[in-house]
Amino acid sequence: MKDLPRFPSIIVAGYTLVEALRSGLPWLAAASVVAALGLSGFLSQVAITEATALQASVCGALLRACAVFLIAAHVVASTAREANDKGLELALALPISRPAYYIGKLLGFACAGTLLATLFALPLLLWSKPADLAAWWISLAAETVLVAAAALFFASALTQMVAAMAATAGLYLLGRSIAAIQAIAGGPLAADSLPGEAARWAVDAIALLLPRLDLVTRGEWLLYGAPTASELFLSLSGLGLYLALLAMAGLFDFSRRNL
Amino acid sequence: MTGFWSGRERPLAAVPAWIALLLALALAGQVFSQFARRVGAPSAAELPHAPSARALRLASLGEPAALARLAMIWLQAFDSGGANTVPYQQLDYPRVVAWLRAILATDPRSGYPLFAAARVYAENADPAKARLVCEFIFEEFAADPNRRWPALAHAALLAKHRLHDLPLARRYAAAIGRLATDESIPLWARQMEIFILEDMNELDAAKVMLGGLLATGRIRDPEEQRFLQRRLDELESRLKGANRR
Repeated sequence: MKDLPRFPSIIVAGYTLVEALRSGLPWLAAASVVAALGLSGFLSQVAITEATALQASVCGALLRACAVFLIAAHVVASTAREANDKGLELALALPISRPAYYIGKLLGFACAGTLLATLFALPLLLWSKPADLAAWWISLAAETVLVAAAALFFASALTQMVAAMAATAGLYLLGRSIAAIQAIAGGPLAADSLPGEAARWAVDAIALLLPRLDLVTRGEWLLYGAPTASELFLSLSGLGLYLALLAMAGLFDFSRRNL
Repeated sequence: MTGFWSGRERPLAAVPAWIALLLALALAGQVFSQFARRVGAPSAAELPHAPSARALRLASLGEPAALARLAMIWLQAFDSGGANTVPYQQLDYPRVVAWLRAILATDPRSGYPLFAAARVYAENADPAKARLVCEFIFEEFAADPNRRWPALAHAALLAKHRLHDLPLARRYAAAIGRLATDESIPLWARQMEIFILEDMNELDAAKVMLGGLLATGRIRDPEEQRFLQRRLDELESRLKGANRR
């Protein structure tokens, strides 16, 4: 009998990455780049000023959305297919622990997300300074890894594709807009009544459970310069903490589930 | 593992002819119907009320820089085409100013809203509308004078030559001299009040201003250069026509 592999998670991660590279993901990523460049080029033709800033900001915002959508859709579809094909049962029949398998999948999806972020950052070199773009790229990579972790957790826990996609999209959109929602709820024009106060408390409570995605991968960095290293580190460490939370929640659910 | 592009389909001949025919007909029908009802630029009446800056920030999902510029492209389409001989004349200006204010608040570092305000909307032939936009520029100037002075400088020229309101032009010029203190700002701008009082016609003043902006590297965007040069040419031909009459 052959020796057990020392790092089964790495092997699972490798196969997960190979699956991503052989799927439609690279083609969809290339199509996204072409579409973003085309749209931003068109918009720059109708701008009367700040054409370069318009191209950089719109292209960046579009590619960010594409990266997040593509990685979430890929993770959910891959996890659902594996469950439907009984590939999960087959994999767990091998000498590999559940946590090692889950971590391997997460690592593989994280690598796919990082590659996607790298591909999407390259066209922005046309308009942005490399130093500013580097911060945006690192941030986008961290964001796609976080979204991959969220999609894996929801796909694994909810088992239904539509529910998993909806939950991932909901978490992501709330993460990007919660600061604006809090600002609106706490504004001077907000009602001072008991329901108004309750709504503010509810919004603040929800905000405690969400990642601050509005603070990362900002298009402004491409136009007005990257944040300081300490600010970037602070924002990314917030994402890192949430990534750990999602990974642990996924491991907890995966460890106690009956297959 | 099956590749993404690997052929798992039957040959085209396997599709019944009536299905292919109906598909082609449906495609042609769709293209024809869309071609028949092509939409032009939206009319002035279609411009909705401006949202608050907070609502715009919420809608931007953390990308205010991109949203602000997209909103400007969208706003400048209203009343810009169709049967219009002169664009932007029919717009409800208080509504336009509210939009410009909200967009500027969404990304205060963008120069687009004030550039469009000064170079597009303030050049309205209706003095009341032009005055409204000039006042908007003046109000917003104080928040970031070293970045926003070119818009107010143009508003000062408009106040002198189009509105024929010298006190207003001097008020704007004095504000630039008092608040725009950055070293990179050209001398003529910091001494705008003297520039306004000089006996210079609109074309010469506009040429000095554009030349100064180009020389100091303020205008780096090629689209902006082209737009300003076109405006200068239009001004020149209009003044020539007026002199001939």
